Amino acid sequence: MSETAAYNAWLHRYAMLTAFCTFLLVIAGGLVTSTGSGLAVPDWPLSYGTFFPPMVGGILYEHGHRMIAGTVGIMTMLLAVWMWRSEPRRWVRRLAASAVLAVLVQAGLGGLTVIFLLPTAVSVAHAGLAMGFFSITCALALVTSPSWLGSVEREHLEGSMPLPRLAAAATLALYAQILIGATVRHTGSGLACPDFPLCDGQVIPPIDSIGVALHLTHRLGAVAVTCMVIWVYRRVLGSHPTVPGLVVPATIALTLVGVQLLLGALTVWNALAVEPTTAHVGGGALLLITMLTLTLRAYRQYSSPAATVGAEREALA
Amino acid sequence: MHKKAITASLAVFAAVAVAACGGGDAPTTGGATPAPAAANAVDPASIDDPGTIAGSINFAGNAPEGQVLQMAADPYCLTAHAGAEVMSQRVVVNDNGTLRYVFVYVKEGLDQTFTTSADTIELSQEGCMYVPHMIGLQTNQTLSVINNDDALHNINARPSGAGNDPFNFAQPVKGMTNDVTFASAEIIAVKCDVHPWMQAYIGVTNHPYFAVSSEDGSFTINNLPAGDYVVAAWHETMGEQIQNVTVGANATVEVSFDFGS
Repeated sequence: MSETAAYNAWLHRYAMLTAFCTFLLVIAGGLVTSTGSGLAVPDWPLSYGTFFPPMVGGILYEHGHRMIAGTVGIMTMLLAVWMWRSEPRRWVRRLAASAVLAVLVQAGLGGLTVIFLLPTAVSVAHAGLAMGFFSITCALALVTSPSWLGSVEREHLEGSMPLPRLAAAATLALYAQILIGATVRHTGSGLACPDFPLCDGQVIPPIDSIGVALHLTHRLGAVAVTCMVIWVYRRVLGSHPTVPGLVVPATIALTLVGVQLLLGALTVWNALAVEPTTAHVGGGALLLITMLTLTLRAYRQYSSPAATVGAEREALA
Repeated sequence: MHKKAITASLAVFAAVAVAACGGGDAPTTGGATPAPAAANAVDPASIDDPGTIAGSINFAGNAPEGQVLQMAADPYCLTAHAGAEVMSQRVVVNDNGTLRYVFVYVKEGLDQTFTTSADTIELSQEGCMYVPHMIGLQTNQTLSVINNDDALHNINARPSGAGNDPFNFAQPVKGMTNDVTFASAEIIAVKCDVHPWMQAYIGVTNHPYFAVSSEDGSFTINNLPAGDYVVAAWHETMGEQIQNVTVGANATVEVSFDFGS
């Protein structure tokens, strides 16, 4: 794990392109659900028995999503092959291989959700893995960047909740919140609370359905994630204000949290209109990879008491 | 190694998917014991001194403004109507102040099992619309869904009644048909995800006593055995109303339902 790598500009650019296309794929997937087009193409892997059906109505979204997914799948495989051949760091090669595995499983989940008519469990798994796959492609872009590959003087941090651990906890909490959001979406609970910020005109409404319970959980999760991101932001600005690699993502994350709260409200106020709902999905994805970037950089920059044990094993570059 | 992992993962997800395929609640249209080909099933045409329920579905208040369907997503659909505006069929108030596309059926009071009609009921897709918008049939009676458009459609239904299988057919070519039957009574929404404005409803009962309100809001249910019944009228946006009705031998009983905005 202590291998080092030289900066390969074209590999990094290609990894960035793959991550960007994956973001477009996430948006395309969000549009499929937001427009109710998930079953506009009843068969899989073909579409109406062909490779290219007329791109009309809901087919535009569903088949368009499949085409982008196919493109991203091929790009991911090429990225993995490229890294396998040129990347000296074994863990990076393995991360690239895991991206291929993730995109293949993701394709299978996409097929299953069509064939079994959008069962909630499969659709939520598809949404969850989408964010996981997007995180992997962004991580690959990050760890091939010149800023990552430059030398770093690792510092030791004291305390029970040093920045790396705090940022990781916030990122995991955010991912859990995304899964809850996906469950709200795929159980049709988006308007279980038809108003905002109240729910059915009450601060604490009667929880008389699974939909209301899920919706309220997502709102409470938003509060929890907001608090954690603020906590991370304050820690970064308070203890590490001279590290731009941390200050920038922390600031972006705080901004995105505000945007996400607004988009969540707009989603309810506009009765799940396509634009705010899909933007809410995209905002969640951007917030996730921003927090992931901050977390990875924090782990690279600092060692915590726990990380000191076997520090060599945990060194990321 | 990876191949095995993928196969195992897909198998797990498939199992989860199958387990998760149950549906939600839907209106029940029961009124008699389930129909499947009982030896003592009664032929409605053979009932002695049958009675009739006839009436109308009235609409009180101001008729809601009709919603023009936006069909621009598929140029075929626009040309199929020669550029004319096509109105939504969700709430159709007739010129005489009555309501169209209300499913009226006997909800309670029938204790016999009835023969299933051999007639095939047709649900057509024409000009990117379902024709008719509301349809009724018996359990185990054949529903034939046909594509009469030079456009492709999918037909997506998620019934939740016992023995009613969800389906999502592809009909990419004009003239294609799919036949389906339903094992238990309920009201089922059918939609096309290619053309999101396309939606129809299928009222399934386990007896032949149902009707759909017409262009003048009237309905007729005949060949009923004399007796006391609960009659229901169901509309897709205004819900269901019920009335107690007594039907006499060789008599016609008038029943009206009042819906409003």
